[in-house]
This record gives sequence, C-alpha cells and structure tokens, in this order.
Amino acid sequence: MIADDAPQSTTHMTSTGDGSAHELLQRLIELQQTYHHIPWTEIERLSRQLSLSQSHIVGVIEFYSFLHTTHQGEYEIFISDNITDQMQGSRLLAELLAKGLGIEIGTTRADKRVSLNYTSCIGMGDQGPAALINGYTLTALTTERINQIIQRVDASTPLDQWPRSLFEVSSKTRRKDIILNSEYIPGAAIAAGLKNGPTSLLNQLEQSGLRGCGGAGFSTASKWRFCAAADAEKRFVVCNADEGEPGTFKDRYLLQAHTDRLIEGMTLCAAVIGSSTGFIYLRGEYRYLLQPLNEILEQRRKAGLLGQSILGQANFNFDIKIHLGAGAYICGEESALIESLEGKRGIPRSRPPFPVTQGYCGFPTVVNNVETFCNAAMIAQRGPEWFRQVGTPASPGTKLLSISGDCERPGIYEFPFGTSIRDILHACGAQQTLAVQIGGAAGRMIPATEFNRTIAFEDISTGGSFMIFNQNRELLRAIENFTHFFRHESCGFCTPCRVGSSLLAKQLSKVMVGHATAKDLDEMSILGSLMQKTSHCGLGQTAANPILDGLGKFPSLFQSRLRATSFEPAFDLDASLEEARLLTGRDDPDAHLEGGGV
Amino acid sequence: MTNSFEIDGITVPFSNGQTIMDAALTAGIYIPHLCHNPEFKPHGSCRLCTVLINGRSVAACTTPAGEGIVVENETHELVTQRRLLLKLLFVEGNHTCPGCEKSGACQLQAVAYHCGMLAPEFVHFYPKRSIDASHPDTIIDFNRCILCELCVRASRDSDKKAVFNISGRGIQAHLTIDSPSGKLADSAFNSSDKAARVCPVGAILPKHKGYNIPIGQRLYDQAPISQVGDVAKHQEVADE
Amino acid sequence: MSSPIKVATASLAGCFGCHMSLLDIDERLIDLVGHIQFDRSPLTDIKKVGPCDLGLIEGGVCNAENVEILKAFRRQCKILVAVGACAINGGVPAMRNQYSLAECLEEAYLHGTGIDNPQIPNDPELPLLLNQVHPIHEVVWIDYFLPGCPPSADTIFTFLDELLSGRPIQFAYQQIHYD
Repeated sequence: MIADDAPQSTTHMTSTGDGSAHELLQRLIELQQTYHHIPWTEIERLSRQLSLSQSHIVGVIEFYSFLHTTHQGEYEIFISDNITDQMQGSRLLAELLAKGLGIEIGTTRADKRVSLNYTSCIGMGDQGPAALINGYTLTALTTERINQIIQRVDASTPLDQWPRSLFEVSSKTRRKDIILNSEYIPGAAIAAGLKNGPTSLLNQLEQSGLRGCGGAGFSTASKWRFCAAADAEKRFVVCNADEGEPGTFKDRYLLQAHTDRLIEGMTLCAAVIGSSTGFIYLRGEYRYLLQPLNEILEQRRKAGLLGQSILGQANFNFDIKIHLGAGAYICGEESALIESLEGKRGIPRSRPPFPVTQGYCGFPTVVNNVETFCNAAMIAQRGPEWFRQVGTPASPGTKLLSISGDCERPGIYEFPFGTSIRDILHACGAQQTLAVQIGGAAGRMIPATEFNRTIAFEDISTGGSFMIFNQNRELLRAIENFTHFFRHESCGFCTPCRVGSSLLAKQLSKVMVGHATAKDLDEMSILGSLMQKTSHCGLGQTAANPILDGLGKFPSLFQSRLRATSFEPAFDLDASLEEARLLTGRDDPDAHLEGGGV
Repeated sequence: MTNSFEIDGITVPFSNGQTIMDAALTAGIYIPHLCHNPEFKPHGSCRLCTVLINGRSVAACTTPAGEGIVVENETHELVTQRRLLLKLLFVEGNHTCPGCEKSGACQLQAVAYHCGMLAPEFVHFYPKRSIDASHPDTIIDFNRCILCELCVRASRDSDKKAVFNISGRGIQAHLTIDSPSGKLADSAFNSSDKAARVCPVGAILPKHKGYNIPIGQRLYDQAPISQVGDVAKHQEVADE
Repeated sequence: MSSPIKVATASLAGCFGCHMSLLDIDERLIDLVGHIQFDRSPLTDIKKVGPCDLGLIEGGVCNAENVEILKAFRRQCKILVAVGACAINGGVPAMRNQYSLAECLEEAYLHGTGIDNPQIPNDPELPLLLNQVHPIHEVVWIDYFLPGCPPSADTIFTFLDELLSGRPIQFAYQQIHYD
C-alpha cells in the first residue's frame, strides 16, 4: 500500500489490513510517517481501495493535528505546549530551536528538511520540556539538547542514529500503595476468572466498588454487566490509552511498566462479556510505546495468554490490536474514540445509545481507561476485600496521580482515595502553593483555602492530572493556556463549544493585555455558563472551567487587570489604522486613535 | 393506554422510539431547532433545542421521550440560552441578511425572530470564506453555512452521493464538496437532489430565481416559525 | 412629557436609508415633534453633538472619523441606539472585510478600470480607513438595537413612542426583521 522503499515506519503495522474503511486513520498515519504529508495520489488510491470519497479522506486528515495535506519537514517537530512545559522553559527553548533551524514556529523550512509546531500536552509533565520528532518523544529538553537536535537535523542524521538518551522516558514512581506494591503474576487473574466464571468475577468487581479511573467514575462492574447483557453477535473490549488530559501521564507509566496487567484486565473483560477482539487506542503522542506493546502482546500470545484457546480453554479466543491516534484530545471521549477507531473524524456520538449497547461498529463495547483494566486484573487476583482495605466507602481503592509543576518530586503517586490535597502536596514536596489544577484543563482549579478537600469521586474527581502552581506563578497564564488548549481541541461539531471556545479565548486575551472591563468578565461568565449547559459533550461542558474557576475563586487575578472605564473597544483602534497608514504614508495626528482591546 | 410526558405543563403523548422533538412536533409544540429535520437521523449539533428534564440540559432532538418526564422548553432561561446560541452562529459566519436571497425564508432568521434576538452583540469573526458559483443551477455561499450538516446527511443518506462533507476541526470546521476541483460543478451534485432542498439558511441556493417573492409575502414575514414550520418543508412543497 | 427630549442622529458607514426610514414615520412625525428636539443630525445643521437624551446611530464603523463621532455620541447621549443592519453587524459595507484594505484601495484607486492618475488618496483631510468595518457595539457600549435594513418606520416609531411614554419596549412580530 505504500512505496517499496518505505522506511522503517512500516515495521510495526497497526492497521487491520482488511481493506475496510476502518483502516483509514491507520493508513494515513503510516503515509504521514513515510511522506511527511498525505500526497494527493495516495488520497486517490485510498479512495479507490477503501471505497471512501476523497473529501471524506481529506476531512479525516484535517481533523487530526499530526496529519497534513501540505508537505511537512523530513523532521516533524512538535513542542509540547502545556503550561507545565512552559513553566520549565519550553517557549524559550522552542524559540532557540526555531532560530537554530532558521525557521518560524508553525512553519516548514523551504528545503522541507524540518517543520516546527507547538502541540498540546504530550504527557511528559514530569520530564519536560518535551517534544515529538516524527512521532517519537524527546524529553527533558535543555539548551544543550536543543543544540544536539539542531546539529542532527542539519546533518540529516537518521533518527535511529540519534543518541538514545534524547528519547529516554523515565517514569519515577514516588509513592506506591496497594496496587503498585502488589506483585502481579501473569495469567493468575485470567486463571482465577476462568475458574470462577464470569458471574463470580462480576460479583467480585462489584464488591470491590471499582469505578472508572478516567475520571467519570462509572461502576466498572455495571459497565461490563450492561455490555454482557446486550443482545448482539459480537462484543468489543477497548482500552482508552488516549491520555490527552493536560498534565496526566500515569497511563504512560502503566503502559510502559505494567503492560501485562492492562492486557490481563482486558482479557478478563473479554471473558466476562464474551469478546474475541480488543483494541488499545494509543494516543499518537505515545508512539514510542507501540513497539514494546506489540512485543508484549506477542509474548503473551506465545505464552497462551492471548490469542487462540487462552490458557488452553478451547472456546476462549481473544486478541488485541493497537490503534494509534493522531493528535486529537477529543478522542479521549469514549464515543469519539470509537469513531476514531472506525477510522473517522473523532466526533462524539449522541448518547443514548451508549457504547455498552452500541459501540464499535454498532456492537456492544466496553471502553475503560488503562488504570481501570489494570485494577480489574489485580482485583481478580487479590479479591475485593484487598481492594477495599484503602479508600473511602464511595471511592474504594487508590488513584494514580500524575504530579507535575511546582514541587520537588514530580512523578507518579499512588494514593488511597480520600487523601487530602494538603497531604499530597506535602508528599511531593510542594511549597508555598498558590493553587492546584486537578483533573487537567477540564478539571478544577483549587485554591489554598480548599486544600483540605480530598481526591475522591464524592469530592474532587480526577483522571489523575495534578498540576501545582506556587505563589510566584501568574495563574492567569495557566488559565490562558487551558483556554487556548480547548479552542484548539474543540471538534467543531456543536455551536456552543465551536464558537464559544474561540470567543472565550478572545475575551481572555483582552484581559491579558489590560484592555478589559467588568463587562468583559460578565460576558465570559455568560459564555462559560452557556457552554457548560448546552455543549454536546464533556469537552465543551468543561472548556470554560478554567475561566469560571478563575473568576469564582481567584477574582483578583482578573480584577487587577481591568480598566476603570465601563467599556473598552473590542479591538485595538490605533492598530486597526496601521494598514491605512502604511498605504497612505500618513502619520499625522488624525491618522491615530486611542483605546481598544486586541 | 398511550405513553405521555409533559412539556411546559402540556401533556404530550409519545410512542416508543420517539424523541422529545418527534413527540413535540407531532403534538404541535414548537421546540426551536436548526440542524433537525424529521426526514433525517437526528444530529444534535446546533443545540438550539436544548431543553431541561428535571433540571438537566439535553438536546430534544436526540433524547428519547420517556414516560412521565417533565420537560421545560419555553422558559425565560432557555429562551435566553437560545438567543445566545443564535448570536454565536450569527457572529461566526458572514450573515449579511439584506444581501441574501434566502432572507425572509431563512430558518436562522426565523428562529432568531422567535427567540427575540435583536442583534448578535458578540465580537464578529468576519471569516474569509468563498462562494462556489461553478454549478449551472445551484450556488453555494459558504459565508452563510452554519454546519448543520443537513446537506451532508441528505446527499449521503437520500441521494446516495456524499457530495458534501465536513473538514477541519473546531472553529476551522467547514463544509467541503467532493470533487477533484472541490467545486460543485465537478461533483455528482444535481439540482434535483434532496441535498439542494434542505439547507435551512442561504448557503445552498437555486440560481436564476433570487428575490422572486415580494417582501411582506415571504415565508416568515407575517407569522413566526412556531406557526409556519421549517423552511425545508415549504421548499419541498414549492418544488413539487 | 413636559420638556422635549433631545435626540442626535448620525450616519457612519451607512447609506442614510435608516434616516429615510425615520422620516417615513410620516404624519406621526408631527406627534413626535412636540416631544423631540433634534441636536446634531443630518436633519439639522448642528456640527457637534451636545448633551442628549437619545442618540441614534446608523451605519458601521469604517474609518477614524466614524470612531470619533461614535465616541462623542457615547459621551453625550444617555441612551445610544444601533439603528439598522450596518450599525448592528457592519452590514453591506462590512462585505469588504473579505479583502485586505490594500486589496480594496488598490482595486479602487490603482488597478480598477477607468482610473486616471492612479494613486491612493492621502490627504490629511480624509479620514483614514480601519483595516476592517466593525459593528458599533465593538467600539462603544450600546444600549439598544433596532434591526432592519432599514428598520421600518413603524418599528422606529414604536421604539420612540414607547421610550417617550416610559413603557417597556415591545415590538409586534412583523416589526422585527434583519433585512
């Protein structure tokens, strides 16, 4: 399907290879790797092979940040632009890189050697500033490392000859609790599950009180049970490894260090619901994990833990395919993820029907987070009482947190549910903390007065992102970063999110440059509330959280930047005359105006 | 004994499988909408039909009716919300009503009149968009597209052509035409297609008959959309 | 009403159609005249706007002079109203926002057909153009919006009548249209 001289990127095939339209996204990702854009001839070829219209294919390409119809560089570089990267100096390094490469950020160099862009958080908050180069992760960037990158790009050194140290991802587990302290015996959970039967396993899960670890907290037992009960010929197990929430990276760690637990959890789920096919939807930013994951899948097949007749049970067949994402936060929403698995634009579906009754290809599908599957595997091994020994009655067990920002020891922390923010801050060595953003950009900004609150579904629910800001930080920068993130990641399907996220960003810029008035703050509140109430999916419903929390809990951040006037123009009046001044050569007093926003 | 639920205190019967919107339309209760057309699969993108069920916001067009549910529709809060959504749609595109042939029979206008919108008020985007006049019988003015995807659905589901698609993401999302040049004339589109008759605004218009109905006699000149109904319904009739 | 209310009007980037519509109030104008005194307006010869109860603005904001007039109106008028499509969303003049200012001026003064002595005018007497046409609410706070191209005489009369009598302003369905 691609040229014979295609480079190494084809080694780890991800696509189903069945010539169906569902392959589209995976095929496009490979083409982008090969050609650094999707050539028109390939669009035509895909259109014929997959029986899809060309405009449909372009529609998919233009949806995903890592796919392009225009030529990108042989080295495609994306600098992670999360606030935590910025706090570690990413913007300066990006400028340094741009200067060194002789390129503007957001462009491709004329010789097509290199392109440079910012991208949303790539899940390296504990070892930023970070970047992607042709899909592979560069960590802990420094001036020195930036110079190394520039030299190798200039010398056209193939990526596999770059020093491995540039690509090293080290996950530091700073605190372990019952889950991470437990030894895991490969196959034990499946054996237990098969021995006791699906009903018993579901009962165990139910007694454990395990809830979805992506943040929503739906009962895992109920989800599996609903799916098993739905009338259908086939069912699917999907692992949501699209860890896109800014500031979170605990799934990265689990995928890397506890792959077997994850696969075992998925296999158990397959046994319970009666599924023969599972998918891991791996975010494109974690492409470096694709090969190791595939290797472990292969090992498990050889060990009889995956594939045909698992653990010798003749009628238990289950295998897993890995699908890559291509830079779209929205695909972490389970129904958008399913659309993306089907090779389409990641637009969230209307619910009902829920995926448990109509998911992948219309079949009942369980979609769970990486951590949920891992926990399910451990519960099957150790039993529900073991799991319930920590946590709270409504939130049993533990939660993995990805801690980043202003603290001495960023990394992975496992805490029992019910742990207070104060205790967490103490554990990671955070001092003079001004605020914590819990749950990522879509989460909540918690001021010091609320540090006695706890991580729990009944209090502050989170997928695990925990970003710390100390008193030297300008919180409005974080709010701005998150607001721009949502504008960039809105899928564009529904009115309030598509338009509202842009208007909010515009209004906030007016605040940032000191041209806003109280009326502008009112307008932001009104827009935010509208987005919360009327958006189609969770993205739009939470996209205004940073601004609404800021206005509610840190009003002085905004107030201190307001004009005393009752109204200021929406745009910079004098700047809007600049073009005319240039065209006419005028600079007299009447060629200027005062006042205005951005 | 039929099932029923309540909209603003009025009892509305429904049959299994009906959405709140279906049941309301059958009962003659108007819930504002733009992306909904009963002939096509509900879409839920414009969010104009957002109603409250027991205090929870849902889109009436995609939410199943349920026995005994209590739906709020024309409350002050919801009408205010709808006005805001309409304002967002107006500032997002280039809606120069005085220069649009669809004016007077435009559903975006009509819903905005119904909801009492006097002005869009937010900052205007003035996006740079084009016009496709390549086709002999039909013109596409992308300035007016509100991304309701009715043409996408009609072309795909009724005409079996998939002439229209959506590309881009977020505020960059836009309507595209499936043809080698991207132009309508080079596509499989025909002016007798269903897709030619479903646009609620002036984005897809027949050529050669602009402004053919005098002001004062146009679809929504004298009576509100809650009485007159959707423009697509009337376009069907006009074409027969 | 005891003393007449003072009204000022201006046409910015508009076509005076909204002013025509105001005059179209016809004989009802006579009823209004007793209650209204015009300050700066194309209908009077007053050059500078003084303190007023009501300002009616037709047209969008396309140049530096429009901005100054609008700001002066805002300073002087207790209630400022955007009258008509152009004031509300830029209207037809804002269709130039599809092009850069350079493209517009070059087409009009340099490359267009039938141009003698091609040059872009730069006399300081001329107001400089903004790079885009804007609705007036993006420049000053607006208290009320009267849509239409133009708003019908009936709509304008209803507005003035209800404002003068202190009633809440309410329109019949047919009185509100955007074209």
